Amino acid sequence: MSRRLFKFHGGVKPAYNKESSNHEQIADAPLPAEFVIPLHQSIGGIPRPVVKAGEHVQKGQLIGGPDGSVSSAVHASTSGTVKAVEMRRMPHTSGLSALCVVIEPDGKDEWIGHAPVPWRTMSPGEVRNALRDAGVVGLGGAVFPSHLKVNPGKEGHLDTLVINGAECEPFITCDDMQMRERPDGIIKGAAILRDLTKARQVLIGVEDNKPEAIAAMRAAVERIGAERIDVVAVPTRYPAGGAKQLIRVLTGIEVPHGKRSTDYGVQCFNTGTAHAIYDALELGRPMISRIVTVAGNVERPRNYEVRFGTPMKDVVALCGPKPDTDRLIMGGPMMGFRMPGDEVPVVKATNCILVGSKVLFPPPPPEMPCIRCGECAKACPADLAPFEMYWFSRAKIFGKAQEYHLFDCIECGCCAYVCPSRIPLVDYYRFAKSEIWAREQEKEAADGARERYEFRLAREEREKQEKAARLAAKAAETKAKLAAAAVAGAEDDPKKALIAAAQARAEQQKTAAETKTNAE
Amino acid sequence: MFSALFVMALGAVILGAALGYAAVKFRVEGDPLVEKIDSILPQTQCGQCGFPGCRPYAEAIAKGEADINCCPPGGEEGIKKLADLLGREFKPLSGEHGVEKPKSVAVIDENVCIGCTLCLQACPVDAIVGAAKQMHTIVAAQCTGCELCIEPCPVDCIAMLPIAEAVDNWKWKYPVFDIAQRRAA
Amino acid sequence: MLNNSPYFRQPASVSSVMLRVLAALIPGIAVYVWFFGAAILIQILLASAAALAGEAAMLKIRGKPVLLFLADGSALVTAWLIALTFPPIGPWWLVVLATLIAIVVAKHLYGGLGQNPFNPAMVAFCVMIVAYPQLMSQWPAVGFTDFSAQLGAIFGERHLDAMVMATPLDTLRTALHTAEAKATVAGVFGSNAAFGNIGGKGWEWVAVAYLLGGLWLIQQRIITWHMPAAFLGTLALIAGIASTAGPDKLAGPLFHILTGGAMLGAFFIVTDPVSGATTPKGKLIFAAGIALLTWIIRVFGAYPDGIAFATLLMNICVPLIDMATQPPVFGHKNDGKEGGKP
Repeated sequence: MSRRLFKFHGGVKPAYNKESSNHEQIADAPLPAEFVIPLHQSIGGIPRPVVKAGEHVQKGQLIGGPDGSVSSAVHASTSGTVKAVEMRRMPHTSGLSALCVVIEPDGKDEWIGHAPVPWRTMSPGEVRNALRDAGVVGLGGAVFPSHLKVNPGKEGHLDTLVINGAECEPFITCDDMQMRERPDGIIKGAAILRDLTKARQVLIGVEDNKPEAIAAMRAAVERIGAERIDVVAVPTRYPAGGAKQLIRVLTGIEVPHGKRSTDYGVQCFNTGTAHAIYDALELGRPMISRIVTVAGNVERPRNYEVRFGTPMKDVVALCGPKPDTDRLIMGGPMMGFRMPGDEVPVVKATNCILVGSKVLFPPPPPEMPCIRCGECAKACPADLAPFEMYWFSRAKIFGKAQEYHLFDCIECGCCAYVCPSRIPLVDYYRFAKSEIWAREQEKEAADGARERYEFRLAREEREKQEKAARLAAKAAETKAKLAAAAVAGAEDDPKKALIAAAQARAEQQKTAAETKTNAE
Repeated sequence: MFSALFVMALGAVILGAALGYAAVKFRVEGDPLVEKIDSILPQTQCGQCGFPGCRPYAEAIAKGEADINCCPPGGEEGIKKLADLLGREFKPLSGEHGVEKPKSVAVIDENVCIGCTLCLQACPVDAIVGAAKQMHTIVAAQCTGCELCIEPCPVDCIAMLPIAEAVDNWKWKYPVFDIAQRRAA
Repeated sequence: MLNNSPYFRQPASVSSVMLRVLAALIPGIAVYVWFFGAAILIQILLASAAALAGEAAMLKIRGKPVLLFLADGSALVTAWLIALTFPPIGPWWLVVLATLIAIVVAKHLYGGLGQNPFNPAMVAFCVMIVAYPQLMSQWPAVGFTDFSAQLGAIFGERHLDAMVMATPLDTLRTALHTAEAKATVAGVFGSNAAFGNIGGKGWEWVAVAYLLGGLWLIQQRIITWHMPAAFLGTLALIAGIASTAGPDKLAGPLFHILTGGAMLGAFFIVTDPVSGATTPKGKLIFAAGIALLTWIIRVFGAYPDGIAFATLLMNICVPLIDMATQPPVFGHKNDGKEGGKP
């Protein structure tokens, strides 16, 4: 049956370089001497550490409790002793540090007791909690907590569930190999998601440059007898693996920025995430590892199953980095982030460690002025005008940049890839976005400060008035008392009577004090 | 000639009526310019501009009594925004009102604090929690960095700490750099 | 530490784009030399030298790296376009001055590459045609290829009687406007030696050669089809309608698109990316506007060819055109409903 596929605007076809790492089977990376597991591995609130230095933990034990609902738990990658809970450098371009749990493995690699989760009989909220506590987040790179995405939408059921096996970036083959070697887990995970979201159909999109993976997945669907699940080959073009782009290709729906895709009856999960959901619910295992491609300037590029917290240099060493290696990139060559050093750990977002050198990735030529040729607009998969966003981001006129839909940009890098003037366009957009967010936070803080200031002025005013009212009431009371005394017939002048009364009181106190001193 | 006079007079009456109608129908309460200026100011309420708070400063600017370059917490960015809004010339921050400092929050050294409540009364946004003879503490999220609490403290236990760059408030840097530097690298 | 993703780039660069534009001009130049002699090559050399010198001087003054920016070839493109739109037998200082005005004033004083709101070659053309109208109207006769005489005209004493002939556009205008009221288009075409099969002897072949070069540029994806198609289409359409209405006084569409600077303009001048519109709809509107204004100036205006003025007038409108024709972004097509949903 030929299915109608749609096209998205733009996109590029870079050299894919997939052949280097898709010949070998996935291998298990050996345990390093020390696991450095960051607590903040997903979008949302930072999990709180629930273990202390010196504690013994088992494999899969909770070490970071989720903070609120937009957060995901973190677990120990092996059994061992917690050496410390301290700040360590994060796999983030800034080179900043964040709180990590450092575990020294004891070599026994013992699993904590775990059992399948009876998700078919649980309520949707309980299933979501189970996924959150299992630490399942999106493995496509965005690490969004998956439990928030498992929802059937406004109508109580999804129209189409999309499973993203496109893997459009050059060099990365982790999803490809997982689909070839472990398709059963992925299909079963897709079936679980289908039932949780009550989707009418499940479409697994795989780029057509992965014929073996497509064949393996289709065979698995047959073997398992999964219903309403179809594996669809999509044309190879970067970035077909972007969630919105894949939804467009498979269903024709274009989900605008700022709206949820479930409002349009679709949702998209990565194939690796589907497998992780199967592991979490059917096997009861929390997420402690993922498949990572190591490619680039190495002798033996390959895919490894790596536990979270493994320092990147340990994994890279397995592949034989060539001597002229000068950098590590987390991610692919189009969207990847440069790592500040090689001791940073592998985290849930690490789909690929790209080893770079000056030969493989030559330093970019100098940035020339923009000639408004429009190549970037032709290549943009989000139908934006990158050159306009560039002109305003460069001039720091952020209002106009937003008018040109700056936040619709998915930072895929197609525009910078084609620019004849070699302008690092994506860097400008990231700069503009982070400046705009910082300004919004400042504005919120300023608005809050203004409110508190005005409340304080009001409070002081109110206290003054209350005090004045109190004094006035007291004065009235005394006046009334005096008036009563005047009626009783003591003095004409009530004030004089007051003073006389006060003097009498003072005399009394003085006498009392003198008597006391005399007594001592 | 009379027809000309008549036409001019008629025109004046019609236009006057239209203006009067617009003045009544589209009347705006309050002074929107002051609101706009106030929304640009950083609401630190520190008084470094010489006015007792951001609102009085905004009002003074709107009246033309104050210059736009007196606010150190707003910094150069704030002056530029005010210049844009009011159509005035940009001026660098005037030294007599202070210098632009990195954003900081005040922190009380709890070993030294004597619980005198003098700083509570000084804070313009009520960001200090405490009571007489009880430990005082500053709610960092609400502190605007105005430094008004430092002076009243009799035991000098308040210090300003610059807000450190962490992963959640890290910003991407501006990508432009000198071509000559680049070629040397 | 900078991020620099993406770490791959496509091979194209500004200089490769500009060099291919120059290459696309070569067929037209070759045909030009065939019909009108090698004087045009001298003008191209003079203009190129002036452009490179002017650009180098301005880059030095502005403190930019000279070799890097000179190598991008944009100054050469401007120079060649000026040389091709000016009379090849004009005095040497005419193109040199024009090129310097284009590079220094219209390009660098506005901020350099990528910042000029007006097409620099057309600015130079307009300045010169207003300042030296006579020199700018001395075009060579078809078939006069005596190189030494032409050299003499460029550098020395100007004895032009033998070698000058008015262009077809000029001839048509003069005949229709100033000659006896009985003159008709057909009559002028038939009687005058300037007119070849359609657009003017010699000139129409130059136009066809530019057309070929322009089509190659479209194939190379350096320009899109929008602007040439809109320009030539609009010009032909208006001329067609007008000439059917008044065939005696108004020339037909084929004449208009094959004469003057129409073909050169359609593919090389109107398509200047920096000063032109950038959105697809905007390009159509921009080019159509230029065509309309060109036709009006050709028929009713005081100058024989109107492309230069028309281009500058539409350059003024470009920001507005761009703003008004922004295509809808992903997810907002079909007036905000899910775009393209079947």
